[in-house]
Amino acid sequence: MKIIVCIKQVPDTKGGVQFNPDGTLNRAAMLTIMNPDDKAGLEAALRLKDEYGAEVTVLTMGLPKAEDVLREAMAMGADKGILVTDRVLGGADTWATSTTIAGAIRNLEYDLIITGRQAIDGDTAQVGPQIAEHLGLPVISYAQDIKIDGDSVIVKRQYDDGYHMLKAKMPCLITALSELNDPRYMTPGGIFDAVKAEITTWGRANLVDVDDANLGLKGSPTKIARASDKVRKGSGEKVNLDAEESVKYIVDKLKDKHVI
Amino acid sequence: MGLEEYKGVYVFAQQVDNVLSNISFELIGEGKRLAKDLDTDVTAVLVGSGVKALADELAAYGADKVIVVDDPELKNYRTEPYAHALASVINEYKPEIFLVGATAIGRDLGPTVSARVATGLTADCTSLEIGDFPINAIPGQEQKHNQLLMTRPAFGGNTIATIACPDNRPQMATVRPGVMQKLDKVEGAKAEVIEFNPGFTPNNRYVEILEVSKAVSDIKDIMDAKILVSGGRGVGSPENFKLLEDLAEAIGGQVSCSRAVVDSGWKPKELQVGQTGKTVRPNVYFAIGISGAIQHVAGMEESDIIIAINKDEDAPIFDVADYGVVGDLNKIVPALTEAIKAEIANK
Repeated sequence: MKIIVCIKQVPDTKGGVQFNPDGTLNRAAMLTIMNPDDKAGLEAALRLKDEYGAEVTVLTMGLPKAEDVLREAMAMGADKGILVTDRVLGGADTWATSTTIAGAIRNLEYDLIITGRQAIDGDTAQVGPQIAEHLGLPVISYAQDIKIDGDSVIVKRQYDDGYHMLKAKMPCLITALSELNDPRYMTPGGIFDAVKAEITTWGRANLVDVDDANLGLKGSPTKIARASDKVRKGSGEKVNLDAEESVKYIVDKLKDKHVI
Repeated sequence: MGLEEYKGVYVFAQQVDNVLSNISFELIGEGKRLAKDLDTDVTAVLVGSGVKALADELAAYGADKVIVVDDPELKNYRTEPYAHALASVINEYKPEIFLVGATAIGRDLGPTVSARVATGLTADCTSLEIGDFPINAIPGQEQKHNQLLMTRPAFGGNTIATIACPDNRPQMATVRPGVMQKLDKVEGAKAEVIEFNPGFTPNNRYVEILEVSKAVSDIKDIMDAKILVSGGRGVGSPENFKLLEDLAEAIGGQVSCSRAVVDSGWKPKELQVGQTGKTVRPNVYFAIGISGAIQHVAGMEESDIIIAINKDEDAPIFDVADYGVVGDLNKIVPALTEAIKAEIANK
């Protein structure tokens, strides 16, 4: 079985967000991590590899430094790493990104493609289903559990109020939730090998069946009209009283506002 | 084909088990506001099996037209037949705007449809306006009018971005549930109902549903609550949530929680407020033992009154609270419950 896992290097929004003096996000100062949902997708692929035997290829699109996230994945157990990077791909929205990744995947053989549900920088959850659409594959989003059944996958698909058990014939695409599993750590041997491993780098010329008009900033249907830091409503009062006075303070406020 | 041939605001009328989801009415309400600016009307696209009878309810909430796509293949949500239904409606009727709820269904359906009809999609919008793009005229660049300007949080709620889709139609957005206002229901209102079936022939992309499982729950939706008593990791244990439940009962509210509480297995996911949970805006939001991570704040900052109780006086929750109380929740909350009971009894 051949599995492709799409991963993304993202700024770690958990570790506090850094801003430039002009108020824009200072990406250079922020640590980067493998996107959590993608890491769960990789772990799911590695478990299928452990159980059934599989070749796991990790693929990312990004700046040249995104190679780091491929090496991390290989240190966890992925077999091959492919970096898709090219100046003309910059500024891509989800449409142009999914077009690009689909164009890269057309070079590869696969039974299963796994992506994370969404990346913590954009939170769109669009690129996975859109890759499936470009490649004409069945898609199952929001996977909580993945099993192989002959030439099919059986996936537990999360909904707001429960789940569906779905069966799809391979090849297909699955988007993974971070609650799918607890990803394994890199092993010392894995790190040693991954540092020296060869990463395949592809550019525009390697994309199959892709029109220039659908790439990068120019090929993105959505355009940013305005971006700004979120304006918070600002803090109100803060009091530091003993318990009894605190209770009186809250009760008075609730009465003022006619809540009680 | 020219972009000007695309007319009207369309919304996806999501239903589950032939019951319309609240987001459907919220989208109609928001759609009407946008349609007014564009001097057009709102069409709800109702997709399912045996769903035609739901058209009147969509009309009661303001839909001018309802396109019904009814087919046995559409009984339960599946990506492919639903995407085929919406893409076919778009190709046939050519809407200028198409809104979908940012639900577990819409966030799968929206991207698939947008890729199929080759247009842009802005995810998880919290505000929509009609305006110019670019917002300020740029010499040498055409400024287009009557564009949909879609505003959404990004970077875990740290930034907000406004997005336009100037050169492709329809302009598509998924919209966060609980953010837009539905209109008052007008009983007896009628919409023009159009039945449309593009044909559904199963292919490799139709997945098979082996089992449908509903979480059995009598928990009321926290998005409907007027008062929420929300607890975080600082509550300390699942048992200690009793303090919050007592307060909620005394004041006529409901308990909700932060992500940390769900991750610890203390409370079910359906009670989670925040970026990866639900967006709430009750009249009163008590944040008790919640530090106020930006992802949590994103889901509750629109509440009318925010009261925070936390022992850490530097907790970021105090930056958004109207009334912040620094102190021990174990002492304050039970005493508050008794005081509120006494106030209500004295009325």
